[in-house]
Amino acid sequence: MPQPIRLKDHEKDARVVRNRVLVGAVGILALTLVLFARMYYLQVIQYDYHSTLSENNRVHVQPIPPNRGLIYDRNGVIIADNRPSFSLTLTRERAGDWETVLDTVVEVLALTPEDRELFEKRLRQGRRPFEPVPIYFELSEEQIARIAVNQFRLPGVDVAAQLVRHYPLREHFAHSVGYVGRINEQELKTLDPVNYSGTHHIGKTGIERFYEDELHGEVGYEEVETNARGRVLRVLNRTDPKPGKDLQLTLDTQLQEAAEQALGGRRGAIVALEPSTGEVLAMVSQPSFDPNPFVTGISFKAYAELRDSIDRPLYNRVLRGLYPPGSTIKPVVAVAGLDAGVVTPSTRVFDPGFYQLPNYDHKYRNWNRSGDGWVDLRLAIARSNDTYFYDLAHKMGIDRLHDYMTRFGLGQRVSLDMYEETAGLMPSRDWKRGRYKQAWFPGETIILGIGQGYMQVTPLQLAQATSLVATHGKWIRPHLAKSLDNEPPVDPDPIPDIKLRDDRFWDYARQGMEEVMHGERGTARKVGNSAVYRIAGKSGTAQVVAIRQGERYNSAALAERHRDHALFVAFAPADDPKIVVAAMVENGESGSGVAAPVVKQVIDAWLLGEDGQLKPEFRPALPMAEQKSDRPHE
Amino acid sequence: MSSFDRTISTEDVLKRRSSLLQRMHIDGWLLLILLLLGVGSLFVLYSASGRHWDLLAKQASSFGIGVVAMIVIAQFEPRFMARWVPLAYVIGVSLLLVVEVMGHTAMGATRWINIPGVIRFQPSELMKIIMPATIAWYLSRHNLPPRLKHVVISLALIVVPFALIAKQPDLGTSLLILASGAFVIFIAGLPWRWMLGAIAASVPVAVGMWYFILHDYQKRRVHTFLDPESDPLGSGWNIIQSKAAIGSGGVFGKGWLLGTQSHLDFLPESHTDFIIAVLSEELGLVGVSLLLLVYLLLIARGLVITVQAQTLFGKLLAGGLTMTFFVYVFINIGMVSGLLPVVGVPLPFISYGGTHMVTLLSSFGILMAIQTHRKWIAQA
Repeated sequence: MPQPIRLKDHEKDARVVRNRVLVGAVGILALTLVLFARMYYLQVIQYDYHSTLSENNRVHVQPIPPNRGLIYDRNGVIIADNRPSFSLTLTRERAGDWETVLDTVVEVLALTPEDRELFEKRLRQGRRPFEPVPIYFELSEEQIARIAVNQFRLPGVDVAAQLVRHYPLREHFAHSVGYVGRINEQELKTLDPVNYSGTHHIGKTGIERFYEDELHGEVGYEEVETNARGRVLRVLNRTDPKPGKDLQLTLDTQLQEAAEQALGGRRGAIVALEPSTGEVLAMVSQPSFDPNPFVTGISFKAYAELRDSIDRPLYNRVLRGLYPPGSTIKPVVAVAGLDAGVVTPSTRVFDPGFYQLPNYDHKYRNWNRSGDGWVDLRLAIARSNDTYFYDLAHKMGIDRLHDYMTRFGLGQRVSLDMYEETAGLMPSRDWKRGRYKQAWFPGETIILGIGQGYMQVTPLQLAQATSLVATHGKWIRPHLAKSLDNEPPVDPDPIPDIKLRDDRFWDYARQGMEEVMHGERGTARKVGNSAVYRIAGKSGTAQVVAIRQGERYNSAALAERHRDHALFVAFAPADDPKIVVAAMVENGESGSGVAAPVVKQVIDAWLLGEDGQLKPEFRPALPMAEQKSDRPHE
Repeated sequence: MSSFDRTISTEDVLKRRSSLLQRMHIDGWLLLILLLLGVGSLFVLYSASGRHWDLLAKQASSFGIGVVAMIVIAQFEPRFMARWVPLAYVIGVSLLLVVEVMGHTAMGATRWINIPGVIRFQPSELMKIIMPATIAWYLSRHNLPPRLKHVVISLALIVVPFALIAKQPDLGTSLLILASGAFVIFIAGLPWRWMLGAIAASVPVAVGMWYFILHDYQKRRVHTFLDPESDPLGSGWNIIQSKAAIGSGGVFGKGWLLGTQSHLDFLPESHTDFIIAVLSEELGLVGVSLLLLVYLLLIARGLVITVQAQTLFGKLLAGGLTMTFFVYVFINIGMVSGLLPVVGVPLPFISYGGTHMVTLLSSFGILMAIQTHRKWIAQA
């Protein structure tokens, strides 16, 4: 009979269960106390903290972005303005299944999967909860209508009007003014989170980046009562934003366009300066690109095309292009040699077509293999005689040469407000020891005399060095900003003027450069002959591939992109310089043949009126000078 | 049957007073506390839903349906239930398999069986009752405490539905079902040293789950739980907001209908899983304490029923259901107050939602059945 056994077990079972229920009850009580303790902690101990937090939620401070300052050229032509634009925003928290919503947006606007990828990337950059993140810009009327019709399928999607940067002159100033783009995560870390709380764009390159603080302005506020969905229920208080300062540039749109035309579709760079003020009148790096797509976010494909193009349109040749200056540096080297006392204006050197160091076999060739015979300083510049400058450089030595070149701004950043500028390189003993762990060889000094070797300069540095010759060593950093809210820019770190032992040294160099253009044996006399004013100029070539000893440069045998770059620097009018121009024509081969006409065309555009004569403001007051300008009529 | 009831009621003071309830197989204490919770729930919900009468009406009717279900279930005698438990288990697991194969997907999870126009329900809800009943049925066939073989088989019975529900994915419900089965084994006298061993073994299992089983959204929840501020845009937002709501309530609360967090829509899911935050904000620590007290009363009554139950099946089932009920409370409040990860567990009887209301009331119907059919069994 199982009955009695079951009864006995039943009692034991009841005891087991009763014990466990007791344990369970204690456990439940203890855990309930944990919950109570947690609530006590939140509601009593942390009460102040949380009540502040909840108050903050109710009253939101909503940023109002300031309007970005406008950018004009020196004549008031607008280069960068702000255009009202409709953009599509998505608030992730309101969208629910936001991925589906994105799919719907792509479908409704008939976009590509590539666009959708961009949207996701932009969404990830959202900063605050319930922040409407702009994902698509410049909606057309039709697109706005499509969104409106499909609104019921697009929770969290809104069409927002905002001011967006616009560059009406497109590619003309892409390399000088630069562009703004969407703030990225890295920039977010360093930005003032308050001032940029309502801003989506920031200067990425050029002037837009350098003067970001001034152009941006100060954020305004709106105290609003909202719900967590960001819906504004009521505006409580408003502080207007302070718009960014307007910026007038030194650039001249007409000259810029003339310079671009002078390059005539070739790859290259042109800088035009006003020597007396350091103002940059034109800055061309060709090919260029339209900066407008960068503002709203360029598509991967379009960007890849720009980036991978063999012509490198994104590459700023004026500020980042590094070239050996070649013979264009000779006037500066001449000035250095005169001041250092290693040559006098009348020092003569015999050129047999090459230069040799005593006790060395190596021949340093003159470009003219047959030799120029006896040459003095002026002729050496006019003929671009290499032998003379080999000798000069050798006599000076690397240390003095380095010191002088540095005073002319080589190997350092010379501009006042150009973000991208690179320093270039002016070699020295220390530099070589640090870089190659080697001593300096005398031969390396010799080729520096003709602007070859380790030396690397940007077209801007070349223009500035030439400008120093034109102004007798007056240092004003080249700059793009003419005035910020009617205030000229201030140089926080001015470079001391170059004072020579004898101020006439400048004139000797200038005379040599005039001979280049106007002398009987001048290398660029063909170009100089057609000028209605006196030009001081100097040509140069920058090697792209090295030529071995004893080998001749053979243009026909070289691939087009391996041909030498043509360089030319000039200022005019020679006795009262109003403009300095430096030009680099990529693979142009001949400084005097290719780059010189380009430079002359730019100078013409600046100095000459429609009648082909000097503009009245450039006509010299002195009758003696007038004679010079009359010369071509003879 | 009525004369029979009367003879018993002479022995029991309470029973004498509520002889009518006794005859209807209703436990007076449970009914009283549940009605209290039901009415209180409507007040909190009225505020949490933003004075939404429709929601209130739905909640009230769910509660009504639940009470009817409870009373109906209370009419069945526990031994009758025990007989059908194995079949119910098989059906329940089959339905879960059906969900797995051809279930209705909504919000990224496949939880529903949907026969359009006829019915749409979650088999996992049924499992919440079937699970403890199955283990209780199985273990009550043997002497206590259970031997290793019985524990292993019980665990196997638990793991099948647990895995199926966790795969849906519905972490909250699967954990509740795991707990409901485990509690029955615990009450049956599972040796302490085995429990310690199981806890020690669970560490590598947890690590394995992290890498091979948990969905990304579940991992994210754990991450967010560990450091909610790290993801204030996503799920961390919920915890930050709910803590702010609770904390800003203080001792006495901001007053009924005066909570700013819920009324300005700051609180996510304020009328469902996160409703305790609304209650805490508006009624303060006092309100929360009162609610906890009511829950404790309900649990106390459940444990009394457990101890008084006369069949082993009844004891185990009543204890399992009661303790599982506490798990609801603990997980929900712990989660909203930032003690536990965010898992979808409603606050019993307070959160808006018909399904959990009916399920919970049904389980209390079983408790009532165990309690009110007691004397009758004893006489037999």
